[in-house]
Formats: sequence, C-alpha cells, structure tokens
Amino acid sequence: MKRLYNSPDTVVSEALEGIALTHPELLRVAHDPTYLARVDAPVAGRVAVVSGGGSGHEPMHVGFVGPGMLSAACPGELFTSPTADQVEAAVRAVDAGAGTVLVVKNYSGDVMNFEMAAELLAADGVATETVLVADDVAVEDSTYTSGRRGVGATVLVEKVCGAAAERGDSLAQVAELGRRVCARSRSLGFALSAGTVPATGRRSFELPDDEIEFGVGIHGEPGRERRPMQPVDALVDRAMAAICADFGADELAGDVLLFVTGLGSATPLECSIVARRAVQDLDRRGLRVARNLVGSYMTSLDMLGVSLTVLVLDEQLAELWDAPVRTAALRWGR
Amino acid sequence: MADRLSATDLTAVFADFQRAVERDRDLLTELDTAVGDGDHGTNLDRGMRAAVEALAAIPQDTPGGVFNLVGRRLVSTVGGASGALYGTAFLRAARAAGAAEALDAATCTAVLRDATTGIAERGKCATGDKTMYDVWMAASTAAAAAAGDGLPALLAAASTAAGAAEQEMVPWQARRGRASYLGERSKDHRDPGAVSSRLLFGCFAAWADA
Repeated sequence: MKRLYNSPDTVVSEALEGIALTHPELLRVAHDPTYLARVDAPVAGRVAVVSGGGSGHEPMHVGFVGPGMLSAACPGELFTSPTADQVEAAVRAVDAGAGTVLVVKNYSGDVMNFEMAAELLAADGVATETVLVADDVAVEDSTYTSGRRGVGATVLVEKVCGAAAERGDSLAQVAELGRRVCARSRSLGFALSAGTVPATGRRSFELPDDEIEFGVGIHGEPGRERRPMQPVDALVDRAMAAICADFGADELAGDVLLFVTGLGSATPLECSIVARRAVQDLDRRGLRVARNLVGSYMTSLDMLGVSLTVLVLDEQLAELWDAPVRTAALRWGR
Repeated sequence: MADRLSATDLTAVFADFQRAVERDRDLLTELDTAVGDGDHGTNLDRGMRAAVEALAAIPQDTPGGVFNLVGRRLVSTVGGASGALYGTAFLRAARAAGAAEALDAATCTAVLRDATTGIAERGKCATGDKTMYDVWMAASTAAAAAAGDGLPALLAAASTAAGAAEQEMVPWQARRGRASYLGERSKDHRDPGAVSSRLLFGCFAAWADA
C-alpha cells in the first residue's frame, strides 16, 4: 500500500495538526485529551454544539468546526469513537453556560462514550441535550438490534443545529431542530470497494470486480447484502427506492434536500453522475430538490462508494440550512 | 494455591492479560474486521498497555485500587464500545472490592456480579445479544455457584464457563453492537469482545492455578 502517511500511529494526530495549522483563524487543537474547538468559543449567550466520532470520516467532523456549525469536535482513533474524557473536555472548553447539544451517531461506542461524558458533566451542572442520528435505512430497526446507524444526516443535523445556536436559540430549541432533521432524514450507501485501514494496509473487506456491497456503513463494516454490480443509474434507483419507501405515506412531500457524499474514493465526476440520477428520481416522484450538497463530506477512508440522504425540508430547516457557515470544509454566506 | 487475591496478584493478572491481548491482537482485530470495524485488538492493546504502565507508575495497595486505575485508564485511552464496557466493568469491580486488602471467594463473587451488571447497564445488553456480556454473565453465574469451594475453584469455574459461552455464541445472530447491523450475516462469527473477555478470565484462572 502506498499512501501519504508518515506512520500508521501518527495518522490522526498529524492530520489534526495540519488542519489547525492551516485554519488558525477558525479553530484550535487541544491534545490529551484531543479535541478541536472554535477559536472564539465559548461564545457568550450561545448554545454550544459538539460532535465527534472516529477519525477516518474527514472532513466530518473536524472540518465542520466554526461559526454556524460545530463549536467543537472530538475525533477518536481511526473508526473508534472518542473517549468520554475527550467529549467532556471539548464540552467544557466551549460551553458558555447556555448548554451544549451533543450530536451523536448511533453506533454503540459513540453512544456509550457520549452518555458517560453527559453523566460526568451533569454531575457538575453542565446541561447537555443529545441528538441521536439514526438515519440508515439499510439497517433493520427492531427491538432486537441496536437500531439504525447514524450516517449522512449527521452533517445536516450539525449544520442546522449550528445555525440555530448561532442565532441564539435555546438548548431545547436547538436540540428539537436537530431531532426534527433526524426524523425527516433517510440515508443509504453502497460501495464498490472497502476502505484501507492504515494499521493493516488492507481493505476491510474484499469485493470481486463484479459485485457491490449494498447498505454499507462508514466504518468498513460489510453492508447488509452483496449484489451483482449494476450500472450507476440502477444502483441509484435502488437506493432511492429504499430511502423513499422508508418514509411514511404522507411524510415525503414538497421540498427536499438531497445530500450525496462520496465515501472517500468516489471522484467529483462520479458524485455528479449519482446526483444527476437522484435528482431525476426525486423529480419523478413529484418532489423538488430545493437544496443539495454534493461532494465528499462524510467519508470512510478510501472507500469507493457513495451515500445518499434525503431530508424533507420545511421553511425553518431551509432557512437554517441557508444561514452563513464558516468552517474548513463548508462555507457560504457572509 | 492462593485463596486470596492481593493488589500485587491482581496487578500481575492484568500484566498477564496485557500480554495475552498483545499476543492475540491480530486475531481480535481480524474477528472484528469480519463483523465490525476491525479495531478491537489494536484498541484493547493500546488501553491495556496504558493500564499496565499506570500500575507500574502508581502501585496500588488494594485490589479495588488496581481495578479503579485500570478502569480509568481504559475509559480514557480506548474509546469505542470496548473502552466504555471494559472501563465500566472495572470501575464497578473497584467499587465492589472497596478497601479490602485482598479478595476472597465471597468478595470476588460480588466483584464479578457488579462488573457484569455494569456491562449490561452501560451497553444496554441482555443475555443472548451475542456480546461480551454473555461471557461475563456465564462466568459470573459459574463463579457464584463455585464460591463455596474457595477462590481457585471459583476462578477455574468462571474461566471454563467463559470459554464454553464464547464457543456457544458463535452461531447466534448479533443483536447489539456493530455486528448487529449485519443482521443474518453476523451468524457463525466469533464475537471479538467475547474472545477478549474469555482471555481475561483465563488469566485469572492461570494465576489461581500457578
């Protein structure tokens, strides 16, 4: 494996140093425990928004720290959730007394560590509200599983919560908006190859040339099922059908936001081809793609694949989506 | 055959566990790659190294102190589900051990019971979910049944039960943790957390047997 890593042991720390050195006006990095925070945090009178998860999903979450989005991000080791210490330290660094919304992807490790941190913070009188993202329709949601994984909708939740916090919404309001995004979002991903883990230099699963993994997560875990390779349009149609079928009969109407994220190795060219078909598909269903985000925003190392997310907008969500944002990976307005 | 487990003994057991994890790191990671994200071996190895280093730097007088230090180091260095679950288990064990200078069979039963309950609460898991909890529950139950026969018998019974549980679980479908996302495809895989837990109980039994 030839990659631009100095050593598998320093991949995460060197990447964080790099992002801090190149965006000193936006964020600062703390070590031991590790987190990144907005340089201007805590922002007086404002609710803080903190997220985190395993590294390897860049630019999520470190690239989304800044005005209008995250107050802090705690990156764990590769594909490993942050420790409770990291979450606690990040919240303490950015909480302005108005409380902190924790955006947590529904993976057991993330849930447990954020929960432990919230317990420690509550004991000291720091108020937190957790928004649990569980948007992956590939996972059967039943009492016999850990529920659905949190994937693409996480980026949308972070943007909406960040914008709500920036305009001065209360802790309860920011959390409610985050939960509203979760409730109105569905995602599905598929991959032609797995990501390569730096420690082993091997792909986390092997796929023959004529097969794909359908319903993949973002940690190199295999998907829900393996299928024969098909043309992109057919794959997108299948994904969109699964996403749309998961919404309640009257939930899917009006304006939607389409989010297409490359999973690491998909080129901008490929993401556009996927987006093209997804927009056509939604259009055929009588939905208007009023907002979109296309590019690699939530990745899985160098996985060759995409994840599609549909968020049913309302006026307030559209307004918060359009609000100015200034982060390393996402910036518009102002 | 020692009938009481001192802080020094427990420190030695954890050093043994660290070596076992280091030795089987690639196996644990390989098992995790099949059902999850392939980090169990490297993560637990990193955490146990940190724990053993901490024990060397700050020697403890009581088993409770040892459990506490190991639990804290795991929580703050591992991350993921394994850091939270093992960390919680050892922190609960520390509480159950209290200030006792050494653990006898009765205290050990309580320690194991409380650690096991801690895993269930933190992981919101139950028996049959195919997680490390199944191994801990089997070990804890067997330990309680053997408590009257003394500490070595208790630890041997716990280790045997842990090994049996780890094997018995292989054909099951996972219902908690990352493996559960695979649904039917999680069947016929060994659970990495169950394997590392079985290694831990093996280290306790080996100490008692020495």
